[in-house]
Amino acid sequence: MPSDIRGDRLSPAEVESNFADLHPLLSKHEAYVEADRCYFCHDAPCVTACPTGIDIPLFIRQILTDNPSGSAKTILGANILGGMCARVCPTETLCEQVCVRETAEQKPVRIGELQRYATDHLMAAGVHPFERAAPTGKKVAVVGAGPAGVSCAHRLSMHGHDVTIYEAKSKGGGLNEYGIAAYKAVDEFARRELDFVLSIGGIELKTGMALGRDVSLDALVGDYDAVFLGLGLGATNGLGIAGEQLEGVVDAVDFIEDLRQAPALEKVAVGRRVVVIGGGMTAIDAAVQSKLLGAEEVTLVYRRGADRMNASAYEQSLAKEKGVVLRHWARPEKIEAGSDGKAAAISFMKTREEGGKLVDTGEQYELQADMVLKAIGQAFTPAPLKGANTEIALEGGRIKAGADRRTSHPKIWAGGDAVAGGEDLTVAAVEDGKQAALSIHAALTGA
Amino acid sequence: MANLQTNFLGIKSPNPFWLASAPPTDREVNVTRAFKAGWGGVVWKTLGEDPHIVNVNGPRYGAVHSNDRRLIGLNNIELITDRPLEVNLREIKAVKKAWPDRAIVVSLMVPCEEQAWKKILPLVEETGADGIELNFGCPHGMSERGMGAAVGQVPEYVEMVARWCKQNTRMPVIVKLTPNITDVRQPARAAKNGGADAVSLINTINSVMGVDLDIMAPSPHIDGKGTHGGYCGPAVKPIALSMVSEIARDPETKDLPISAIGGITTWRDAAEFMAMGAGTVQVCTAAMTYGFKIVEEMKSGLSDWMDEKGYTSVDQFVGRAVPNVTDWQYLNLNYVVKARIDQESCIKCGRCHIVCEDTSHQAIWAEKDGQRHFEVNDAECVGCNLCVSVCPVEDCITMEHLTDGVDQRTGQKINPDYGNWTTHPNNPMRVAAE
Repeated sequence: MPSDIRGDRLSPAEVESNFADLHPLLSKHEAYVEADRCYFCHDAPCVTACPTGIDIPLFIRQILTDNPSGSAKTILGANILGGMCARVCPTETLCEQVCVRETAEQKPVRIGELQRYATDHLMAAGVHPFERAAPTGKKVAVVGAGPAGVSCAHRLSMHGHDVTIYEAKSKGGGLNEYGIAAYKAVDEFARRELDFVLSIGGIELKTGMALGRDVSLDALVGDYDAVFLGLGLGATNGLGIAGEQLEGVVDAVDFIEDLRQAPALEKVAVGRRVVVIGGGMTAIDAAVQSKLLGAEEVTLVYRRGADRMNASAYEQSLAKEKGVVLRHWARPEKIEAGSDGKAAAISFMKTREEGGKLVDTGEQYELQADMVLKAIGQAFTPAPLKGANTEIALEGGRIKAGADRRTSHPKIWAGGDAVAGGEDLTVAAVEDGKQAALSIHAALTGA
Repeated sequence: MANLQTNFLGIKSPNPFWLASAPPTDREVNVTRAFKAGWGGVVWKTLGEDPHIVNVNGPRYGAVHSNDRRLIGLNNIELITDRPLEVNLREIKAVKKAWPDRAIVVSLMVPCEEQAWKKILPLVEETGADGIELNFGCPHGMSERGMGAAVGQVPEYVEMVARWCKQNTRMPVIVKLTPNITDVRQPARAAKNGGADAVSLINTINSVMGVDLDIMAPSPHIDGKGTHGGYCGPAVKPIALSMVSEIARDPETKDLPISAIGGITTWRDAAEFMAMGAGTVQVCTAAMTYGFKIVEEMKSGLSDWMDEKGYTSVDQFVGRAVPNVTDWQYLNLNYVVKARIDQESCIKCGRCHIVCEDTSHQAIWAEKDGQRHFEVNDAECVGCNLCVSVCPVEDCITMEHLTDGVDQRTGQKINPDYGNWTTHPNNPMRVAAE
């Protein structure tokens, strides 16, 4: 069968409907009914479960008392990207998982959707809720305009420092702009949120400026009072199997990015038969979106069982609901070319676990695939850090940073996915940026 | 951001939210926690004479719940503080010293004898407290001993004790009124006549929360017997608001400062009481339901609302709603409204129809073209608001004010002019229009 990768599999109207908002904004009535379910718990488990520590009972009560703007301020005070986090956080494994209503009725308060209700309300008003402190005269460089960098820049600006963000891509936003499934952030939300955050002032965003290419760490350390590295992950892991170089084998991250940046979604090319390799959020996002673009068969293959997938149970069920077939316990062995020289099939070796180790069963199978999406993880690229006079310690291939997000270099802080132990979550990156900013502020002012 | 600071009888507090005299203000550890949480002031739980009072060892509280166990009303059979006077006085002094910017008012209840008051007042004064609140409200236990509501129900006693206190202390005197009375204006006037600087209300309402049908006794019960207790919480707010409004608009007491109490649970409740004339609000059940942290919602909500309305200080809206409280006879009888059902938001539960059909004016149709469809029949609608009240969806049913044309129900032309019962032709006691 010849390879069949193309756009226009579905009509623009079908694609538009497929990519509509996953969870539309709650109406006021829905928000009230849902907010009324919150018990205003003491030392609430949901707050503890949120990496940014948003005071969830308080913000929900503020919705209940008809103060959605106050509610949004409570949220944004802890997490300036609370609007995006409301859309993309795996709430089912964070705040909502530990909600006492989950214990009582197996039905948590819909915290994520209430958070979106409040933050959307405030953003619609178009007024930035925070003011800058008096100027300190200190300058900080932030590398990377992703969630960690933007969060750090915002908090630094609030404290009166001037910030310059260096971003390699042509737009800020990082993962939020390039890496999130389109149906989770419709209406250019990532861009609008970035504009909103930067509207506090005191932050200059320089795009098309890559560390190690357009600006060096030495120069930043020399020119600024402090530097924050929120570089994210620059590389993707390879499968390391034969046929990986064939046309039709694509990084899921690139596929998602192309999709997010496409002016017309229906034009995005997708295979007729798509196989996604991986078990994380990126794998699910790539698989689901392939299906929504009109791929006929989409199979996600993961080498271990469902319970070991990084994607939450909710994400997995969402994929199934959209028609993605999930197959477990198999690893890819070889991608085969068709008569046209492009990817046509992929063969798998079945696996099982023995004493905690993954071993082959000896049983094989093959899936037709004109498109293979690789989603087996991303890697940090340390090359840009190389400077003549600066040295930063790494750990497990990523930057080593303490609880205050300070690196081994006294003027450099780091956070987000670039840091060892990073959780690959937007909300965790936001917290890193915030904590780093607080630490930088303390270091710069002696506070 | 709006300034929430209040100055009530010269007693300053950073915000109008005080904790009412009750278990939350019974001891230093609680009050300190409350101040840390951000409360503007407290009224220390009522002090009495030594030997200190003895509280029951069985249940002190009863509750009314909604079906999902949200607490709507609470009652209690607590008495005044059961700790020695000296301990309370020492702690009050320590807390006031540690928190000079917060208001500390001390609630008092001693027998109706001048000597008893003369004895305790200097002791309280010595603590540095900002003022006193005379507890003329408790409806249970203490009233049987001739204190609390037993005093509050007799205006002459209210006036007498208020006068004793004014004569024997330099501290501002607030009289806390009982709602267990027919006309709350009477004790309020008495308090003013006695020289009181302010009144606070309401204290709790006589109540029996329920009956245990297995043991055939009131609930809660202690060893098989129960008694009436004082009712409070969200359920009592409308009663409290009415009593506050009566005092705020009474020509004899309209200038008397009020500290409002009664079901204040959210910033909005507080704003409503303040619009109705209260200079500060006192909260108890909300804190006893959710903990002290609830004040954060109240402060942020009030502040955000003030910003939105352009109020920069609380004085700018305190009492603003009072002129709009009036007697029935002055309501505009020419003001005609009809219910309107928004078909977009209607979920078609039919409750508006059935209550109107069974109990009001048969003014809501339930069907159109063979479909379930609820619509108002203007020819029958009296504009009573019952459908709005029972509709589960916010703003789905609203009242439209008719400003011209004919009221289909009465067949009369809409009269744009104000006209009330005092001049209505059907009123045998009407006064001639000027």
